[in-house]
Amino acid sequence: MMMHLTRHPLEIDALLAEVQSPERGGTCVFLGTVRNDANVTAIDYSAYDDMALAEIQRILSDAETRWPEARVMLQHRLGLIPVGEASIAIAAAAPHRDAAFAACRYVIEEVKKRLPIWKKELHGDGSAEWVGANDHR
Amino acid sequence: MGKVSVRFFARYAELAGCSSSAVNVPTPATVADVIARVREVFPGTRDLPPRPLAALNQRQVKLDQLVSDGDEVALLPPLAGG
Repeated sequence: MMMHLTRHPLEIDALLAEVQSPERGGTCVFLGTVRNDANVTAIDYSAYDDMALAEIQRILSDAETRWPEARVMLQHRLGLIPVGEASIAIAAAAPHRDAAFAACRYVIEEVKKRLPIWKKELHGDGSAEWVGANDHR
Repeated sequence: MGKVSVRFFARYAELAGCSSSAVNVPTPATVADVIARVREVFPGTRDLPPRPLAALNQRQVKLDQLVSDGDEVALLPPLAGG
């Protein structure tokens, strides 16, 4: 079974192998990559690991309840991730494309709402800033 | 009295000066009572928002949720996964 949290670069082929099968003719992959906003050179990702793992199981289980013929897998990378590299990969496979797209979209939206993961942006001038630090004040 | 584990993450761990600890609260107590006690014990956490996101035993909860002896309360900065 694939690890949902990793400190290594994401391996898309391994992710695909978890969901694809001869009866699933549509596969959708979403990658979230670190963007070079405002002189960002990398993002340091940290997590409440135990809760994130529990929440990922709940999200994948919810997705497979909604789309019973779909199989969905996700991996989130933690630690320092340079611009251009992926922080999250989601693969959804289903007999037909509608369910694959829908399940993939559902999972990334739930990840954004539910996963206890945080980012610290590192800038080219050596400064660093927590993402979302000015919210909820 | 109940003893509750508390965990801090990301910016909140920087404010608290640690990532985990424990506080004693008179029971019955809510998550909000635990946070009020945390503000007394860890002066840096007075800069936390008035109503921070919180998890009880690894699930997000509202602040009026009751806690029991041995529970774990985690204070969560704005989520930024993905």
